[in-house]
Parts: sequence; structure tokens; C-alpha cells
Amino acid sequence: MNIMVCVKQIPDTSEVKIDPETNTIVREGVPSVINPADEHAIEAAVHLVEEHGGKVTVMTMGPPQAEDVLRQGLAMGADEAILVSDRCFAASDTLATSYVLANAITHNNNFDLVLTGKQALDGDTAQVPPGIAEHLGIPQVTSAIGIEVEEDRLRVKRLLEEEFETVEVPMPVLISCSSQINEPRRPGIKAKLMAKRKEIKVWDHHSIEVESCLCGIEGSPTRVVRVFAPTFETDGERFEGEASDCALAVVNRLVESKII
Amino acid sequence: MALRVEDNKCIGCEVCVHACPYQAIEMVDERATLNEACILCGACAYACPTGAIVLDRGDSDVDITQYEGIWVVGEVTSEGTMAMVTAELIGEGGRLAAEIDTDLSVVLMGDDIRHTAEQAAGYGADRVFVVDHPALARYRTEPFTRVMADLIEEHKPEIVLAGATSMGRDLAARLAARLKVGMTADCIELRIDPETRMLEQTRPAFGGNLLATILCEQTRPQMASVRPNTMGLPSFDESREAEVIEVPVEIEEGSITTKILEVVRDESRSARKLVEADIIVGGGRGFADKQQLSLLDELAEQLGAAVGFSRALVDQGWVSSTQQIGQSGKIVHPKLYIACGISGAIQHVAGITGSDCIVAINKDPDAPIFEVAHYGVVGDVAQVLPAMTEAIKARRGE
Amino acid sequence: MDFSLTEDQTMIVDLVKQIGEDVLAPQASEIAERGEFPEENIELLREMDLFGIPVPEEYGGLDMGFLTWGLVGELLSYYCSTTGSIFGAHMLAQYPIMAHGTDEQKQKYLVPMTTGEHIGAFGLTEPNAGSDAGAVSTKAELRGDRYALNGTKVFISNAGPAQTYVILANLDPEKGTRGLTAFIVEKGTPGFEFGKDEKKMGWDALPNCELIFRDCEVPVENVLYRPGRGFRVAMDTLGVGRLGMAVGAVGLAQAAFDAAILYAQQREQFGKKIAEFQAIQFKLADMATEIELSRLMYQKAAWLKDEDEAFEKEAAMAKVYSSEMVSRVTSEAVQIHGGVGYTREFPVERYMREAKLFEIVEGTSEIQRGIIANRLLRENRI
Repeated sequence: MNIMVCVKQIPDTSEVKIDPETNTIVREGVPSVINPADEHAIEAAVHLVEEHGGKVTVMTMGPPQAEDVLRQGLAMGADEAILVSDRCFAASDTLATSYVLANAITHNNNFDLVLTGKQALDGDTAQVPPGIAEHLGIPQVTSAIGIEVEEDRLRVKRLLEEEFETVEVPMPVLISCSSQINEPRRPGIKAKLMAKRKEIKVWDHHSIEVESCLCGIEGSPTRVVRVFAPTFETDGERFEGEASDCALAVVNRLVESKII
Repeated sequence: MALRVEDNKCIGCEVCVHACPYQAIEMVDERATLNEACILCGACAYACPTGAIVLDRGDSDVDITQYEGIWVVGEVTSEGTMAMVTAELIGEGGRLAAEIDTDLSVVLMGDDIRHTAEQAAGYGADRVFVVDHPALARYRTEPFTRVMADLIEEHKPEIVLAGATSMGRDLAARLAARLKVGMTADCIELRIDPETRMLEQTRPAFGGNLLATILCEQTRPQMASVRPNTMGLPSFDESREAEVIEVPVEIEEGSITTKILEVVRDESRSARKLVEADIIVGGGRGFADKQQLSLLDELAEQLGAAVGFSRALVDQGWVSSTQQIGQSGKIVHPKLYIACGISGAIQHVAGITGSDCIVAINKDPDAPIFEVAHYGVVGDVAQVLPAMTEAIKARRGE
Repeated sequence: MDFSLTEDQTMIVDLVKQIGEDVLAPQASEIAERGEFPEENIELLREMDLFGIPVPEEYGGLDMGFLTWGLVGELLSYYCSTTGSIFGAHMLAQYPIMAHGTDEQKQKYLVPMTTGEHIGAFGLTEPNAGSDAGAVSTKAELRGDRYALNGTKVFISNAGPAQTYVILANLDPEKGTRGLTAFIVEKGTPGFEFGKDEKKMGWDALPNCELIFRDCEVPVENVLYRPGRGFRVAMDTLGVGRLGMAVGAVGLAQAAFDAAILYAQQREQFGKKIAEFQAIQFKLADMATEIELSRLMYQKAAWLKDEDEAFEKEAAMAKVYSSEMVSRVTSEAVQIHGGVGYTREFPVERYMREAKLFEIVEGTSEIQRGIIANRLLRENRI
């Protein structure tokens, strides 16, 4: 089984700070990490190959530093890594990103399965996996919490709002993995040192034959026009008196501030 | 594509400098000047009060004036009724439609679901497309995308809204890629500019640290998925009527590659992992006995929340240490933390300060937990918790 | 002089920080409280390949030297002192085989200790022989192609869970240190049993067990180095052991300091944070200064060791200073916490109890000073 795993490097959102003056993200000093759900996708891929044979290739689109997340994939047991990187890919939205990744996947010849994390923690859109599947013209199964091989088909268990759904799909297929699917292995130092020395392929827009007008800002129909910090009552609001009145008041506040 | 500053219009107000997410604008001789960090995102052009910054995106192939009307992608529950998230979207879509003087349509897809059209009408839809076919009995990406794409291509709505549910997010993302249009996921606020008819879509980003407003200027329809329970339910009036259009479709089951084998109800919502939970309800010494902890479970059930405890309860042996929150337990950072009967010992507080919002309920008005709480209720958990559970139930219209 | 880490060192340090924060730290207090050997943590170190840091690659190690080993040991002790000590005590069996073993001995015993499949323990101390190695009364007697061991060892770290033991016994008590011989003894060898596990002031999860040898027969090929040359083996091992003690002390002290400086900025008295009082500030400044000094001392000693230079004096200096430092620092950390520092709600009281051990094991402070003075007088002989 040939498995492509698409991963993303994101700023560690737990470390993100907002500059109160400019309302922008303070990027300096914020560590970059692999998107947590993507680790589960890598684990799922490596596990499938351990059980059924084949090859795992990790791929990411991003700046040269995104190589770090590929090394992490290699340390976890992926066989190959590809960095899709080009200045003209910068600021791609989900449509442009899925276009680029789909082309890179096809460029890397045959695949049976594309695995991704369910969503990236920074953008939180969950749009790229279905976008890739659409560009590749293959079926998609999102929010997977279990994958089993059934001859030439896969049985995938999905987590929905209040139900578990099991579906059967033929390959090739794209599956986005929810974090409940497995516990990603923690590579030891030997695997990490080995991954550090492995070669990583770097592809730009020429090598994967994409049109530059369909990627980056030009290929992105959405545009972020304003970024601002949500506001909370810092002093804290206090309710005293009849329990039912207080409870209602708090619930109303939470609803007004869109927390629930 | 290009971004230019018209010097004669620039008044040196620096609004653009603050609006730029990439620190790409500097003031040179009191005029805005773009540096090499600019990626042509256009946030400055949007913010500029004098129209001095112009984003020239070139000509669009799409004639956006051909598109009209607001659509909602409906959802039908497994019980065969229209989902509440759809009602919410009808309310929100109707409000937007009124601002630009157009119609609100709902598309309902399923098997034997004609009766749901009345529900959609009652909540305020002007028009309902009913697509009834056995192959649509449960949501699957392939047939639903095909049906929606065909309908959109035929009727050309200017806005399509879906719920940010597992179905809505799966479908809308696939659909947007097929139609090659812009799409904004998980919006918590929508506004429309009555002149440009542009949908301003606001959503959280960077783990909720920021909110971003997004436009899809040149592609139609403008697509957005909307987070459930953020818009409020519209009133229901069964005397309202809508134009109901039955859409005949031909779908061969054999042509759909995805087969659904099994569906099982998930009974373990509140047992979700603490560290991953968006909402956590925490319990402490304020509970009289172990049995009373069920009040926490009931609230958690309503919120889809995980349940954790302070060290006091772990030490008492009421609960397992895997559920302990605090410096010596798990450090959590949910969107909402509700501290119930927790006094706020430093070691507990150290484990929860990463929460976006903290609600504290405690009998003691001087409990230190109130110092870190965004909302505090002085009262006994035995009374406040059931009241909150009820209030949320009522809000959700269940 | 260069204090920057190599890329590989940074990688290993980051990895240990990650497992420390994710796994070790959250359970450290519970492990100490429960008093059971933390098998899951050992399994984690095994999976992370952390048991062979200074071991040559041909025996499955990383060949990254004792400085890297020290950096890792410090962090392990910082996050979970028990795990740090097991890691340190393991080296006491691993190092003598690595330094003095034959290729066969290394293949058979060093390799599984390097993968972490086997844990090691070092048995020198006896009821009447601690600091005075020449007084070892466990006897070894040659019987054909085997040595029979008879005697009792006490306070042996890792004893019980460990599979591989390096045991010091005397061929001829008359000869004192010249009769001392090091043996590799496997757990389960007939005649080798465990006595009582000591109840201690702290470190409940670290086994410190009696080893009882009754006609325990060990094949001659399990003699390390040469018969009668065990004193050399013991001294070399204790050199590394002292380094390990300094490393552990620094890690524990840093944990106490971090707890104290956090608390000082949270706790309010007289309307302000106690960190704003100069009395507290001076304490914090002194604690941090002493920790930094101790860290530099162990790193210098480890660097000398990696350069194949004599390091015994520096290791002894690092050990004696750090072990006394950690008692002072942990005690001050409790003091800064005030009343709650004395409760088991906070970890600093445990740190204080644990700290005292560093002044006692691997040679008391008095013995260390003796070693240092000895070396100094030899270096400055007139």
C-alpha cells in the first residue's frame, strides 16, 4: 500500500500572543510545531504499512523551515519526505493549498491512500482534505477514528456529533484522521538522528506543474481583511442572589459572547 | 495583481499599519509604503478610510451579478426532522436576505423527507428545494455534493450557508473545491454590506486567540459554514408558507463508491479526553457527597463537555487521578472552564489559566477562584448547577 | 570555550524536555508517594534510547559522551527525581563493564543495558564498609572455574528490578583493597537473594535493597578487569558516580527553585507579592547562583572525562558542592513557600527530604573533601 500523508507546520497556538497595540499575532519567539492531528495521520499510515506492507511518504507545503515536520514524520517511520515549497505558494487559502497538494501527490506517481489530520489547529477549517480529494477526483472520508483493510477496500469508522458511522470505500481514497484514531508513537533519539540525516525532496511549482495563477494569493478566492483579538471581561462579572437568576444570567453571557 | 498607494489620498493616519497582519507597511514621509513582507492580502486596502490603498485584482471571469439569493444547506436528523442548526441558519440567512432584499431558500436532501419543508417554512424560509431519494437517506459526500453542485449551477445563489457540523463541513469543503469558490469554515458572525452584497464572515483562528474577518470577493456563491449555537433560533410560526420545489434526481446506488455499514450512537460524550476538550466542567470540595457529582455530569452532557476534578476530590478517593486538573494533575486549556465548588488553590488555578473563559461557582464570596473568573456566581453548586443545566436546555430549544 | 550545545545535543535535550513535561513531571509526586519502582518511566527511557548515551555505537549506544549524559540526567532529575536516580544508578553497573569489560562481557551485558532491556546496579556498600572500600567483607573464593561469593551488601540502588549487578568482593580480606575484585552477577543466580528494602526518609520509589550472597557461584569469565584489581574498577566507577550525583542534585535543586520563584510571584502578603520583598529576592538570587555554579562544575568535570583527562578531583568537587547546595536550596524553597511548603500539597517538602541523600551516598561530603585534598596535595607536592 502506497500512502501519502499530508502534514502542516503551525505556530504553537498555546504560545500565541497578541500584540494589544496592533491586534496582530506576535510571531517572534513562537515555536513552530507539527499540527497535532497530523501526527495521528502519520501514525495511522506507519501502522497500516507495518501490518500490510508498502511505503509511507510524508508531504508538506510550506517554507523551507517546514522541513522540521517532515523530519518528525521520518522519525516516526515514514520512508520518504517531500517539501512542496515555492514563494508563489505563500498565502494560499484552502482552495489553492488543496490544488497544490493534489498536484504534488499526482506528481509522486501511484498512491492508494492519502491520509491527513482532520483539521489544522491554526486555521481550524478542515477544508483542505476534502479539497485535495476533489482535485484528485477520489472519495473522501473525514473524521476517521479507525481504519481497517478489507481486501482492496477500506473500512473506516467515523466520529460524528452523536454517532459512530462505519463506511466502506474502495482505494484510492482520502481519509482525514481525528485525534481519537490512535496514540502517535514517540520516536526515540536514534530514529530522530536517523531522520535528521535523511534526504528530503524539494519541489517547486515547476516540478509539480502547477499554474502559478492558481496558487498563492492569486489562486485564493478568500481574503482575510481584518484580524482582531476577541475581548473578554477582564475584571470578571459577579452574580449573586437567587440561584436560578444567576444561572440564567451566566448562560446568557456565555451565549452572547459566543462561547457556547 | 497589484497593490498601490495613491499618495494624494493618503493622509498618514497609520490605520493600515495596524491593519496589516504581516508588518508590511511602514510610514515614509507620512505616507504608507509597502515593504517586501507584503503578500498582497489587501487587509490595508479594506481598512484604509480614504481609499488611498487600492488592491487591483485584475478582471474576474465570473459575472457576479448573475448570482442572486441566499441558500441554506439543510440537515435532516436521523429521526427525520429538520435539524436545529438548519433552523438557526434560516434565521440568520433570512436576516441577511432582508438586508439585501432577496429570498432565502433551503435545500433539504434525504429519503422521505417532504414533510420537513413545512418546518423550514415555519422558521421563515421563502423557498424550499426538496430532494427526495433513497440514496440520500444518510449523508454521504458523493451524492450530496453532486446534487448541491447541480442545483447551484442551475440556480446561481450568491450566498450558500451550511452548518459547521460533521456533515456541513465535509460537504461544504468538497462543494467549494468543486465549484472553485471561496469558502469560510466555522463562522461565528456574518454581516453583509448592502451596497456590495459582500458577505463579511468572521471566524476564530489560531486556537481562538484571534478572530478573522474574511471576504470572497470575486467568486460566487460566497460559501460559509456556521458554528452551531452561535446565531440563536428564529421564532417558529406554523402558519408561514414557502414555495416548495421538488427536485427530481437520478442517482444510481451502484455509482456511489461509499457504503455505510453501521451507525452506532455514541454514549460517551462526557468521557472525552480532558486535555482535548473545548469545554470542561470541574468539580471540587463544594460537593456534599459523591452522589452529588452527578450534577456535574448533567451539565457536561448538555454542553458536550469533559469533566475534571480538583485534587481534593481525588484525595478523598471519590474520583480517579486521571481526571485531576491542576499543577500536579492535567494542565488544560479549553475554550470554557466551569469551576464548580472549587476554591481556587494556586496549584489548581495554575492548571486552568490557559482557558479562554472561566466561570466560577462557589458559596464563599471570597474564594480565590473568583479572581481569575470571567464570570462568577456566588451560590451553592446544588442549586446553581441544575439551574444552569436547565437554562442551557431552554436556550437550545430542547 | 564554548557553552553552546551541538545540534544532536539540542535534539536529545528537547526530547527529554518533552517527555519530562508530558509524562514524567505530572506523575513524579504520585510515584514518590506510592513508593513503587516506576516501570512505565523506565520503559519510556528505553523507547527513547536514553540508556546508552556515552556507550560506543558498536555496543548499541549513541557515543555522545558524559556531558550529554549529564545534561539528560539533570533534566530527568528535574522532572522526576526518582527516574533521574534510577538513570544515574544504572550507569554504575554500565560504566565499569564499558570501561573494563572484555568484548564478550560487553556483548553479553553492556548491550542489553544500553538498550535498557536490562537495568543495572552496583554493589559496593556493606554494613561495615561504605566510604572505606578496603573494608569490604563479602568474600570471593575460587572453586574450579567458579568463584563462590558470601556476604551481604546494603543500600544498593536499583536492586530488585535490576538484572545485572556489578559486585565488589574480596579474595583475601587480609590484603584489604588489593584483594578487592569486581564480578558481574546476574539476577537469579543461585545463592543470590534480596534482603529487606530500606524504609527511608525519602525516595520511596527508589529501591535500596540488601543483597545476600550465600555460596553464590559466578563463572570466572564474569570477573571484571582482573582478580585483585577491583579497587581500580570501584574507584573509576565512583568517579562517574560522583558526576551522576552532582547532575541529580542540580536537577532537583532547579525543580525546587522553579517551584519557589513561581510561588513567590503568586503569594501575596501585606498587600504585595512576596517576590517583591528583598528578603525573598536575596534568597532567590543566592539559590540560582549556587545552582548555576554547581551546573558549571559538573559540566566541566564531564567535559574533562569526555576529553579523556583526569576528572576525579573535579567530579568530587562537583559532588560535594552540589550535594550541600541542594540541601540549602530545597530548604530555602520550603521556607519561601511558608506553611504550604511543609504540606504534601506542594512538592518542595519532598525535594527537601530527597536532597539530604546527596550528601551521604557515593562517598560522604567528608570523604569527598578527603579525595579533593589528596589530589591537591599530590598536585602541589613540594
